[in-house]
Amino acid sequence: MPKVAPELQYSDEHEWVSRGEGNSVSVGISEVATDALGDIVYVDLPEVGSTVTAGETCGEVESTKSVSDLYSPVTGEVTEINDAVVGDPALINNDPYGAGWLFKVAAESEGPLLSAEEYASKNGGDLS
Amino acid sequence: MTENYTALYEEHKKLGASFTDFGGWQMPLKYSSELAEHHAVRKSAGLFDLSHMGEVWVTGPEAAAFLDYALVGKISAMAVGKAKYSLICQEDGGIIDDLITYRRGSEKFLVVPNAGNAAVVAAALLERAAGFDVVVEDASAETSLIAVQGPLAEAILLRLVPAEQHALVTELKYYAAVEVPFTFDGGTQELLLARTGYTGEDGFEIFVGNDSAAALWQAIAEVAGEGELTPAGLASRDSLRLEAGMPLYGNELSREGNPFAAGLGPVVALSKEGDFVGKDALAALKADGAGATIGRKLVGLKGLGRRAGRGHYPVLKDGAVVGEVTSGQPSPTLGYPVALAYVDVEHAELGTALDIDLRGKSEPFEVVALPFYKRQK
Repeated sequence: MPKVAPELQYSDEHEWVSRGEGNSVSVGISEVATDALGDIVYVDLPEVGSTVTAGETCGEVESTKSVSDLYSPVTGEVTEINDAVVGDPALINNDPYGAGWLFKVAAESEGPLLSAEEYASKNGGDLS
Repeated sequence: MTENYTALYEEHKKLGASFTDFGGWQMPLKYSSELAEHHAVRKSAGLFDLSHMGEVWVTGPEAAAFLDYALVGKISAMAVGKAKYSLICQEDGGIIDDLITYRRGSEKFLVVPNAGNAAVVAAALLERAAGFDVVVEDASAETSLIAVQGPLAEAILLRLVPAEQHALVTELKYYAAVEVPFTFDGGTQELLLARTGYTGEDGFEIFVGNDSAAALWQAIAEVAGEGELTPAGLASRDSLRLEAGMPLYGNELSREGNPFAAGLGPVVALSKEGDFVGKDALAALKADGAGATIGRKLVGLKGLGRRAGRGHYPVLKDGAVVGEVTSGQPSPTLGYPVALAYVDVEHAELGTALDIDLRGKSEPFEVVALPFYKRQK
Protein backbone atom coordinates (compact mmCIF):
# COMPACT_ATOMS: atom_id res chain seq x y z
CA MET A 1 0.00 0.00 0.00
CA PRO A 2 1.41 3.43 -0.92
CA LYS A 3 2.61 5.63 1.92
CA VAL A 4 0.83 8.85 2.80
CA ALA A 5 3.03 11.30 4.73
CA PRO A 6 0.96 12.27 7.79
CA GLU A 7 2.36 15.81 8.08
CA LEU A 8 1.23 16.93 4.61
CA GLN A 9 -2.04 18.01 2.99
CA TYR A 10 -3.28 16.65 -0.33
CA SER A 11 -5.36 17.60 -3.34
CA ASP A 12 -7.79 15.29 -5.09
CA GLU A 13 -5.36 15.23 -8.01
CA HIS A 14 -2.71 13.62 -5.76
CA GLU A 15 -0.46 16.64 -5.24
CA TRP A 16 0.85 17.21 -1.74
CA VAL A 17 1.41 20.57 -0.05
CA SER A 18 3.97 21.30 2.65
CA ARG A 19 4.00 24.64 4.47
CA GLY A 20 7.31 26.48 4.83
CA GLU A 21 8.24 29.98 6.02
CA GLY A 22 5.53 32.63 5.65
CA ASN A 23 3.28 31.85 2.70
CA SER A 24 5.84 29.62 0.98
CA VAL A 25 4.61 26.11 0.21
CA SER A 26 6.31 23.15 -1.43
CA VAL A 27 4.40 20.93 -3.85
CA GLY A 28 4.99 17.37 -4.93
CA ILE A 29 2.99 14.30 -5.94
CA SER A 30 1.94 11.52 -3.59
CA GLU A 31 3.13 7.94 -3.58
CA VAL A 32 -0.42 6.97 -4.57
CA ALA A 33 0.25 8.87 -7.79
CA THR A 34 3.80 7.61 -8.34
CA ASP A 35 2.66 4.00 -7.81
CA ALA A 36 -0.10 4.44 -10.38
CA LEU A 37 2.15 6.19 -12.90
CA GLY A 38 5.05 3.77 -12.74
CA ASP A 39 8.60 4.86 -13.40
CA ILE A 40 8.67 8.57 -14.15
CA VAL A 41 10.97 9.51 -17.02
CA TYR A 42 10.17 13.16 -17.68
CA VAL A 43 8.71 16.05 -15.76
CA ASP A 44 7.64 19.41 -17.14
CA LEU A 45 7.43 22.01 -14.33
CA PRO A 46 6.07 25.56 -14.35
CA GLU A 47 8.67 28.31 -14.79
CA VAL A 48 10.00 30.31 -11.89
CA GLY A 49 8.13 33.62 -11.84
CA SER A 50 5.03 32.24 -13.53
CA THR A 51 1.68 32.17 -11.76
CA VAL A 52 -0.06 28.88 -11.04
CA THR A 53 -3.74 28.56 -10.20
CA ALA A 54 -5.26 26.06 -7.80
CA GLY A 55 -7.01 23.25 -9.66
CA GLU A 56 -5.46 24.11 -13.03
CA THR A 57 -2.74 22.27 -14.93
CA CYS A 58 0.78 23.63 -14.55
CA GLY A 59 2.92 20.89 -16.06
CA GLU A 60 3.16 17.25 -17.06
CA VAL A 61 4.51 14.09 -15.55
CA GLU A 62 5.50 11.39 -18.00
CA SER A 63 6.13 7.78 -17.05
CA THR A 64 7.20 4.85 -19.19
CA LYS A 65 3.53 4.14 -19.82
CA SER A 66 1.64 7.41 -19.81
CA VAL A 67 1.53 11.17 -19.59
CA SER A 68 -0.42 12.88 -16.81
CA ASP A 69 -1.18 16.52 -16.18
CA LEU A 70 0.26 18.13 -13.10
CA TYR A 71 -2.30 20.28 -11.26
CA SER A 72 -1.36 23.05 -8.90
CA PRO A 73 -2.97 22.67 -5.48
CA VAL A 74 -2.44 26.39 -4.68
CA THR A 75 -2.55 29.79 -6.39
CA GLY A 76 0.47 32.06 -6.45
CA GLU A 77 3.84 32.80 -7.98
CA VAL A 78 6.35 30.00 -8.50
CA THR A 79 9.50 30.88 -6.54
CA GLU A 80 11.66 27.82 -7.10
CA ILE A 81 11.62 24.55 -9.01
CA ASN A 82 13.48 21.36 -8.16
CA ASP A 83 16.11 21.13 -10.90
CA ALA A 84 17.25 17.79 -9.50
CA VAL A 85 14.01 16.03 -10.51
CA VAL A 86 14.14 17.58 -13.99
CA GLY A 87 17.57 15.97 -14.44
CA ASP A 88 16.70 12.74 -12.64
CA PRO A 89 12.92 12.15 -12.60
CA ALA A 90 13.42 8.80 -10.79
CA LEU A 91 13.84 10.88 -7.62
CA ILE A 92 10.08 11.38 -7.68
CA ASN A 93 9.50 7.62 -7.51
CA ASN A 94 12.23 7.00 -4.98
CA ASP A 95 11.38 9.78 -2.53
CA PRO A 96 8.08 11.45 -3.46
CA TYR A 97 7.74 13.34 -0.17
CA GLY A 98 11.39 14.38 0.13
CA ALA A 99 14.01 14.73 -2.60
CA GLY A 100 11.25 14.34 -5.20
CA TRP A 101 9.51 17.65 -4.40
CA LEU A 102 8.56 19.58 -7.55
CA PHE A 103 8.17 23.33 -7.00
CA LYS A 104 7.63 26.07 -4.41
CA VAL A 105 4.95 28.75 -4.53
CA ALA A 106 4.37 32.02 -2.67
CA ALA A 107 0.78 31.02 -2.05
CA GLU A 108 -2.00 33.60 -2.17
CA SER A 109 -4.76 31.03 -1.80
CA GLU A 110 -5.26 27.28 -1.73
CA GLY A 111 -7.60 24.96 -3.53
CA PRO A 112 -9.59 22.43 -1.52
CA LEU A 113 -7.08 20.29 0.38
CA LEU A 114 -7.54 17.05 2.27
CA SER A 115 -5.88 16.09 5.51
CA ALA A 116 -3.52 13.12 5.34
CA GLU A 117 -6.16 10.99 7.12
CA GLU A 118 -8.87 11.97 4.63
CA TYR A 119 -6.58 11.43 1.65
CA ALA A 120 -5.34 8.06 2.93
CA SER A 121 -8.82 6.70 3.58
CA LYS A 122 -10.07 7.92 0.20
CA ASN A 123 -7.16 6.45 -1.79
CA GLY A 124 -6.18 3.40 0.20
CA GLY A 125 -2.91 4.82 1.48
CA ASP A 126 -0.77 3.84 4.45
CA LEU A 127 -0.39 6.61 7.04
CA SER A 128 2.20 4.92 9.24
CA MET B 1 -15.31 -8.75 -20.14
CA THR B 2 -14.53 -12.17 -18.72
CA GLU B 3 -11.88 -12.09 -16.06
CA ASN B 4 -9.46 -14.97 -16.40
CA TYR B 5 -6.73 -15.81 -13.93
CA THR B 6 -3.63 -17.81 -14.80
CA ALA B 7 -2.45 -20.71 -12.65
CA LEU B 8 0.31 -18.34 -11.45
CA TYR B 9 -1.99 -15.61 -10.15
CA GLU B 10 -1.24 -16.43 -6.49
CA GLU B 11 2.51 -16.35 -7.21
CA HIS B 12 2.14 -12.85 -8.63
CA LYS B 13 0.15 -11.74 -5.59
CA LYS B 14 2.85 -13.10 -3.28
CA LEU B 15 5.41 -11.06 -5.21
CA GLY B 16 3.36 -7.89 -4.75
CA ALA B 17 2.43 -7.44 -8.42
CA SER B 18 0.23 -4.64 -9.71
CA PHE B 19 -2.30 -6.20 -12.06
CA THR B 20 -3.84 -5.08 -15.32
CA ASP B 21 -6.47 -6.52 -17.61
CA PHE B 22 -4.96 -7.82 -20.84
CA GLY B 23 -7.06 -9.69 -23.37
CA GLY B 24 -9.56 -10.59 -20.65
CA TRP B 25 -6.85 -11.82 -18.27
CA GLN B 26 -5.69 -10.39 -14.96
CA MET B 27 -1.94 -10.19 -15.60
CA PRO B 28 0.97 -8.72 -13.66
CA LEU B 29 1.78 -5.26 -15.04
CA LYS B 30 4.89 -4.94 -12.88
CA TYR B 31 6.19 -6.24 -9.58
CA SER B 32 8.24 -3.24 -8.45
CA SER B 33 9.78 -1.02 -11.11
CA GLU B 34 9.08 -1.74 -14.79
CA LEU B 35 12.37 -0.05 -15.70
CA ALA B 36 14.31 -2.33 -13.36
CA GLU B 37 12.49 -5.32 -14.86
CA HIS B 38 13.36 -4.14 -18.37
CA HIS B 39 17.05 -3.69 -17.54
CA ALA B 40 17.13 -7.07 -15.79
CA VAL B 41 16.06 -8.83 -19.00
CA ARG B 42 18.75 -7.00 -20.99
CA LYS B 43 21.53 -7.63 -18.43
CA SER B 44 20.61 -10.82 -16.51
CA ALA B 45 17.22 -12.51 -16.88
CA GLY B 46 13.51 -11.95 -16.39
CA LEU B 47 10.77 -14.43 -15.46
CA PHE B 48 7.43 -13.95 -17.24
CA ASP B 49 4.01 -15.55 -16.98
CA LEU B 50 2.65 -15.92 -20.51
CA SER B 51 -0.13 -18.32 -19.60
CA HIS B 52 -2.69 -16.01 -21.15
CA MET B 53 -1.35 -17.01 -24.59
CA GLY B 54 -3.30 -19.69 -26.43
CA GLU B 55 -2.19 -23.24 -27.27
CA VAL B 56 -3.99 -24.99 -30.12
CA TRP B 57 -2.88 -28.46 -31.22
CA VAL B 58 -3.33 -29.48 -34.84
CA THR B 59 -2.82 -33.19 -35.55
CA GLY B 60 -3.59 -35.64 -38.33
CA PRO B 61 -2.37 -36.87 -41.71
CA GLU B 62 -3.24 -33.55 -43.39
CA ALA B 63 -2.08 -31.27 -40.57
CA ALA B 64 0.72 -29.67 -42.61
CA ALA B 65 -1.44 -29.16 -45.70
CA PHE B 66 -4.21 -27.76 -43.53
CA LEU B 67 -1.92 -25.17 -41.88
CA ASP B 68 -0.59 -24.18 -45.32
CA TYR B 69 -4.22 -23.40 -46.19
CA ALA B 70 -5.19 -21.75 -42.89
CA LEU B 71 -2.08 -19.58 -42.35
CA VAL B 72 -0.12 -17.35 -44.73
CA GLY B 73 3.23 -19.11 -44.29
CA LYS B 74 4.52 -22.36 -45.80
CA ILE B 75 4.19 -24.42 -42.66
CA SER B 76 4.71 -27.74 -44.48
CA ALA B 77 8.28 -26.74 -45.31
CA MET B 78 9.22 -26.57 -41.63
CA ALA B 79 11.31 -29.43 -40.19
CA VAL B 80 10.15 -31.28 -37.08
CA GLY B 81 11.49 -29.43 -34.03
CA LYS B 82 11.38 -26.00 -35.63
CA ALA B 83 9.14 -23.01 -34.97
CA LYS B 84 7.82 -20.42 -37.39
CA TYR B 85 6.30 -16.96 -37.02
CA SER B 86 3.19 -16.60 -39.17
CA LEU B 87 -0.15 -14.84 -39.56
CA ILE B 88 -3.74 -15.95 -39.83
CA CYS B 89 -5.53 -13.63 -42.22
CA GLN B 90 -9.07 -12.98 -43.38
CA GLU B 91 -10.15 -13.49 -46.99
CA ASP B 92 -9.55 -9.74 -47.55
CA GLY B 93 -5.98 -9.96 -46.20
CA GLY B 94 -6.80 -8.34 -42.84
CA ILE B 95 -4.81 -9.85 -39.97
CA ILE B 96 -6.76 -11.96 -37.45
CA ASP B 97 -3.64 -12.64 -35.39
CA ASP B 98 0.08 -13.21 -35.48
CA LEU B 99 1.17 -16.53 -34.06
CA ILE B 100 3.99 -19.01 -33.66
CA THR B 101 3.63 -22.56 -34.94
CA TYR B 102 5.82 -25.37 -33.58
CA ARG B 103 6.24 -28.59 -35.54
CA ARG B 104 6.24 -31.40 -33.01
CA GLY B 105 5.95 -34.29 -35.45
CA SER B 106 5.32 -34.93 -39.14
CA GLU B 107 1.58 -34.79 -38.37
CA LYS B 108 1.60 -32.75 -35.15
CA PHE B 109 1.77 -28.97 -34.68
CA LEU B 110 1.27 -26.55 -31.80
CA VAL B 111 -0.13 -23.13 -32.71
CA VAL B 112 0.32 -20.30 -30.18
CA PRO B 113 -1.92 -17.26 -30.71
CA ASN B 114 -2.23 -14.12 -28.58
CA ALA B 115 -4.30 -14.08 -25.40
CA GLY B 116 -7.17 -11.94 -26.60
CA ASN B 117 -7.36 -13.83 -29.90
CA ALA B 118 -6.95 -17.41 -28.68
CA ALA B 119 -10.64 -18.30 -28.90
CA VAL B 120 -11.07 -16.51 -32.24
CA VAL B 121 -8.05 -18.26 -33.74
CA ALA B 122 -9.15 -21.66 -32.44
CA ALA B 123 -12.60 -21.08 -33.96
CA ALA B 124 -11.14 -19.92 -37.29
CA LEU B 125 -8.86 -22.98 -37.43
CA LEU B 126 -11.80 -25.29 -36.67
CA GLU B 127 -13.86 -23.66 -39.40
CA ARG B 128 -11.03 -23.85 -41.94
CA ALA B 129 -10.41 -27.51 -41.03
CA ALA B 130 -13.58 -28.63 -42.79
CA GLY B 131 -12.56 -31.11 -45.50
CA PHE B 132 -9.10 -31.75 -44.04
CA ASP B 133 -8.20 -34.92 -42.17
CA VAL B 134 -7.08 -33.09 -39.00
CA VAL B 135 -8.05 -32.66 -35.38
CA VAL B 136 -7.95 -29.12 -33.94
CA GLU B 137 -7.83 -29.08 -30.15
CA ASP B 138 -7.73 -25.91 -28.05
CA ALA B 139 -5.61 -26.70 -24.99
CA SER B 140 -5.30 -23.06 -23.84
CA ALA B 141 -7.35 -23.55 -20.68
CA GLU B 142 -5.12 -26.36 -19.35
CA THR B 143 -1.74 -25.05 -20.48
CA SER B 144 0.51 -22.52 -18.77
CA LEU B 145 3.49 -20.83 -20.40
CA ILE B 146 6.50 -19.51 -18.50
CA ALA B 147 9.25 -17.51 -20.18
CA VAL B 148 12.81 -16.96 -18.99
CA GLN B 149 14.41 -14.24 -21.09
CA GLY B 150 17.84 -12.66 -20.97
CA PRO B 151 21.54 -13.51 -21.22
CA LEU B 152 21.45 -15.70 -18.07
CA ALA B 153 18.30 -17.61 -19.11
CA GLU B 154 20.16 -20.69 -20.35
CA ALA B 155 22.44 -20.95 -17.33
CA ILE B 156 19.49 -20.69 -14.94
CA LEU B 157 17.33 -23.30 -16.70
CA LEU B 158 20.22 -25.78 -16.98
CA ARG B 159 20.19 -26.06 -13.17
CA LEU B 160 16.80 -27.81 -13.44
CA VAL B 161 17.93 -30.22 -16.16
CA PRO B 162 19.96 -33.43 -15.53
CA ALA B 163 23.58 -32.89 -16.63
CA GLU B 164 23.48 -35.64 -19.29
CA GLN B 165 20.58 -33.79 -20.96
CA HIS B 166 22.18 -30.32 -20.99
CA ALA B 167 23.00 -30.56 -24.69
CA LEU B 168 19.28 -30.58 -25.46
CA VAL B 169 19.17 -27.02 -24.13
CA THR B 170 22.60 -25.68 -25.08
CA GLU B 171 22.29 -26.93 -28.68
CA LEU B 172 18.71 -25.73 -29.11
CA LYS B 173 18.60 -23.18 -31.94
CA TYR B 174 16.60 -19.96 -32.01
CA TYR B 175 13.02 -20.67 -33.15
CA ALA B 176 13.24 -24.35 -32.28
CA ALA B 177 11.72 -26.46 -29.51
CA VAL B 178 12.48 -29.76 -27.80
CA GLU B 179 11.10 -31.93 -24.99
CA VAL B 180 13.43 -31.57 -22.00
CA PRO B 181 13.28 -33.35 -18.62
CA PHE B 182 12.95 -30.76 -15.84
CA THR B 183 13.55 -31.79 -12.24
CA PHE B 184 11.33 -29.89 -9.81
CA ASP B 185 8.71 -30.41 -7.13
CA GLY B 186 10.25 -33.76 -6.14
CA GLY B 187 10.03 -35.32 -9.60
CA THR B 188 10.98 -35.02 -13.25
CA GLN B 189 8.68 -33.91 -16.06
CA GLU B 190 9.27 -33.81 -19.80
CA LEU B 191 8.27 -30.30 -20.84
CA LEU B 192 8.28 -28.56 -24.20
CA LEU B 193 11.06 -25.98 -24.17
CA ALA B 194 11.20 -23.41 -26.98
CA ARG B 195 14.01 -20.98 -27.73
CA THR B 196 11.66 -18.14 -28.60
CA GLY B 197 10.68 -14.84 -27.09
CA TYR B 198 9.35 -11.34 -27.44
CA THR B 199 12.13 -9.35 -25.84
CA GLY B 200 15.01 -9.18 -28.33
CA GLU B 201 17.19 -11.24 -25.98
CA ASP B 202 18.13 -14.89 -25.93
CA GLY B 203 15.51 -16.75 -23.97
CA PHE B 204 13.14 -19.63 -23.56
CA GLU B 205 9.46 -20.38 -23.22
CA ILE B 206 8.32 -23.48 -21.34
CA PHE B 207 4.90 -25.08 -21.81
CA VAL B 208 3.64 -26.72 -18.63
CA GLY B 209 0.31 -28.05 -17.40
CA ASN B 210 -1.58 -25.73 -15.05
CA ASP B 211 -1.19 -28.22 -12.17
CA SER B 212 2.59 -27.92 -12.26
CA ALA B 213 2.94 -24.27 -13.27
CA ALA B 214 3.34 -22.76 -9.79
CA ALA B 215 5.88 -25.43 -8.76
CA LEU B 216 7.93 -24.81 -11.91
CA TRP B 217 7.77 -21.02 -11.44
CA GLN B 218 9.02 -21.41 -7.85
CA ALA B 219 11.72 -23.87 -8.87
CA ILE B 220 13.11 -21.50 -11.52
CA ALA B 221 13.14 -18.65 -8.99
CA GLU B 222 14.86 -20.86 -6.40
CA VAL B 223 17.72 -22.07 -8.62
CA ALA B 224 18.49 -18.53 -9.78
CA GLY B 225 21.24 -16.85 -7.78
CA GLU B 226 20.93 -13.49 -6.06
CA GLY B 227 20.17 -10.82 -8.64
CA GLU B 228 20.16 -13.25 -11.56
CA LEU B 229 16.42 -13.44 -12.20
CA THR B 230 13.75 -10.77 -11.84
CA PRO B 231 10.03 -11.43 -12.20
CA ALA B 232 8.90 -9.17 -15.02
CA GLY B 233 5.42 -7.95 -15.93
CA LEU B 234 3.62 -6.82 -19.05
CA ALA B 235 4.91 -3.23 -18.81
CA SER B 236 8.50 -4.35 -19.33
CA ARG B 237 7.42 -6.98 -21.85
CA ASP B 238 5.93 -4.17 -23.91
CA SER B 239 8.98 -1.89 -23.69
CA LEU B 240 11.29 -4.81 -24.52
CA ARG B 241 9.34 -5.88 -27.60
CA LEU B 242 9.08 -2.27 -28.77
CA GLU B 243 12.87 -1.83 -28.61
CA ALA B 244 13.17 -5.09 -30.55
CA GLY B 245 10.79 -3.66 -33.19
CA MET B 246 8.28 -6.48 -32.73
CA PRO B 247 4.63 -5.75 -33.51
CA LEU B 248 1.86 -6.11 -30.95
CA TYR B 249 -1.52 -7.29 -32.14
CA GLY B 250 -4.05 -4.52 -31.55
CA ASN B 251 -1.38 -1.82 -31.87
CA GLU B 252 0.53 -2.52 -35.08
CA LEU B 253 -1.54 -5.43 -36.42
CA SER B 254 -5.28 -5.50 -37.00
CA ARG B 255 -8.02 -6.77 -39.26
CA GLU B 256 -8.06 -3.35 -40.95
CA GLY B 257 -4.33 -3.42 -41.72
CA ASN B 258 -2.43 -5.94 -43.85
CA PRO B 259 0.89 -7.80 -43.69
CA PHE B 260 2.62 -5.67 -46.33
CA ALA B 261 1.87 -2.33 -44.69
CA ALA B 262 3.06 -3.84 -41.39
CA GLY B 263 6.40 -4.80 -42.93
CA LEU B 264 5.55 -8.50 -42.70
CA GLY B 265 5.49 -9.19 -46.45
CA PRO B 266 8.21 -11.86 -46.22
CA VAL B 267 5.95 -13.88 -43.89
CA VAL B 268 3.38 -14.27 -46.69
CA ALA B 269 4.27 -17.25 -48.88
CA LEU B 270 2.37 -16.36 -52.05
CA SER B 271 4.39 -18.89 -54.03
CA LYS B 272 3.41 -21.91 -51.92
CA GLU B 273 1.39 -24.64 -53.66
CA GLY B 274 -2.37 -24.57 -53.45
CA ASP B 275 -4.85 -22.07 -52.13
CA PHE B 276 -4.77 -20.41 -48.74
CA VAL B 277 -7.17 -18.09 -46.95
CA GLY B 278 -6.53 -14.52 -48.08
CA LYS B 279 -4.30 -15.50 -51.03
CA ASP B 280 -6.05 -13.47 -53.77
CA ALA B 281 -6.38 -10.35 -51.65
CA LEU B 282 -2.79 -10.59 -50.44
CA ALA B 283 -1.47 -11.10 -53.99
CA ALA B 284 -3.33 -7.95 -55.05
CA LEU B 285 -2.02 -6.01 -52.04
CA LYS B 286 1.53 -7.06 -52.86
CA ALA B 287 1.12 -6.07 -56.51
CA ASP B 288 -0.08 -2.63 -55.36
CA GLY B 289 3.19 -2.09 -53.56
CA ALA B 290 3.76 -1.96 -49.82
CA GLY B 291 1.16 0.14 -48.10
CA ALA B 292 -0.45 1.38 -51.28
CA THR B 293 -3.91 0.22 -50.31
CA ILE B 294 -4.03 1.91 -46.95
CA GLY B 295 -1.47 4.48 -48.14
CA ARG B 296 0.70 4.07 -45.08
CA LYS B 297 3.38 1.73 -43.84
CA LEU B 298 4.84 0.92 -40.47
CA VAL B 299 8.07 2.72 -39.61
CA GLY B 300 10.34 3.19 -36.63
CA LEU B 301 10.71 6.70 -35.22
CA LYS B 302 13.57 7.89 -33.04
CA GLY B 303 12.95 10.91 -30.82
CA LEU B 304 15.47 13.72 -31.04
CA GLY B 305 14.14 15.33 -27.85
CA ARG B 306 13.20 13.80 -24.53
CA ARG B 307 9.46 13.45 -24.97
CA ALA B 308 7.87 10.20 -26.11
CA GLY B 309 5.07 9.72 -28.60
CA ARG B 310 2.20 7.50 -27.47
CA GLY B 311 -0.35 5.33 -29.22
CA HIS B 312 -2.77 7.32 -31.44
CA TYR B 313 -0.74 10.55 -31.32
CA PRO B 314 -0.65 12.20 -34.78
CA VAL B 315 2.57 12.19 -36.84
CA LEU B 316 3.19 15.49 -38.62
CA LYS B 317 5.21 16.70 -41.60
CA ASP B 318 5.41 20.50 -41.77
CA GLY B 319 2.36 20.68 -39.52
CA ALA B 320 0.16 18.38 -41.63
CA VAL B 321 -0.93 14.97 -40.33
CA VAL B 322 0.86 12.21 -42.26
CA GLY B 323 0.54 9.31 -39.84
CA GLU B 324 -0.32 7.95 -36.42
CA VAL B 325 1.73 6.41 -33.63
CA THR B 326 0.79 2.82 -32.77
CA SER B 327 3.23 2.27 -29.87
CA GLY B 328 5.71 4.61 -28.26
CA GLN B 329 7.61 5.30 -25.10
CA PRO B 330 11.05 6.25 -23.85
CA SER B 331 13.47 3.42 -24.62
CA PRO B 332 15.04 2.35 -21.31
CA THR B 333 18.02 0.71 -23.03
CA LEU B 334 18.77 3.35 -25.65
CA GLY B 335 17.94 6.43 -23.59
CA TYR B 336 15.80 8.19 -26.19
CA PRO B 337 12.12 7.96 -27.15
CA VAL B 338 11.13 5.37 -29.74
CA ALA B 339 7.85 4.81 -31.54
CA LEU B 340 6.24 2.63 -34.16
CA ALA B 341 3.90 4.53 -36.45
CA TYR B 342 1.97 4.12 -39.66
CA VAL B 343 3.17 6.91 -41.95
CA ASP B 344 2.18 7.93 -45.49
CA VAL B 345 4.50 6.02 -47.82
CA GLU B 346 5.98 9.22 -49.28
CA HIS B 347 7.25 10.19 -45.81
CA ALA B 348 8.41 6.72 -44.77
CA GLU B 349 11.99 6.85 -46.13
CA LEU B 350 14.78 6.31 -43.61
CA GLY B 351 16.12 9.62 -42.37
CA THR B 352 12.89 11.58 -42.96
CA ALA B 353 12.38 14.28 -40.33
CA LEU B 354 8.88 14.13 -38.83
CA ASP B 355 7.18 15.50 -35.74
CA ILE B 356 4.86 13.84 -33.27
CA ASP B 357 2.07 15.98 -31.89
CA LEU B 358 2.47 15.53 -28.13
CA ARG B 359 -0.81 16.86 -26.84
CA GLY B 360 -0.44 20.09 -28.80
CA LYS B 361 3.35 20.37 -28.75
CA SER B 362 5.42 19.22 -31.73
CA GLU B 363 8.42 17.09 -30.89
CA PRO B 364 11.03 16.16 -33.54
CA PHE B 365 11.50 12.54 -34.60
CA GLU B 366 13.33 10.79 -37.42
CA VAL B 367 12.46 7.68 -39.42
CA VAL B 368 15.01 4.99 -38.51
CA ALA B 369 15.57 1.34 -39.36
CA LEU B 370 14.04 -1.40 -37.21
CA PRO B 371 14.76 -2.93 -34.80
CA PHE B 372 15.72 -0.05 -32.52
CA TYR B 373 17.72 -2.45 -30.37
CA LYS B 374 19.67 -5.52 -31.44
CA ARG B 375 21.55 -7.61 -28.94
CA GLN B 376 25.28 -8.27 -29.31
CA LYS B 377 25.82 -11.92 -30.21
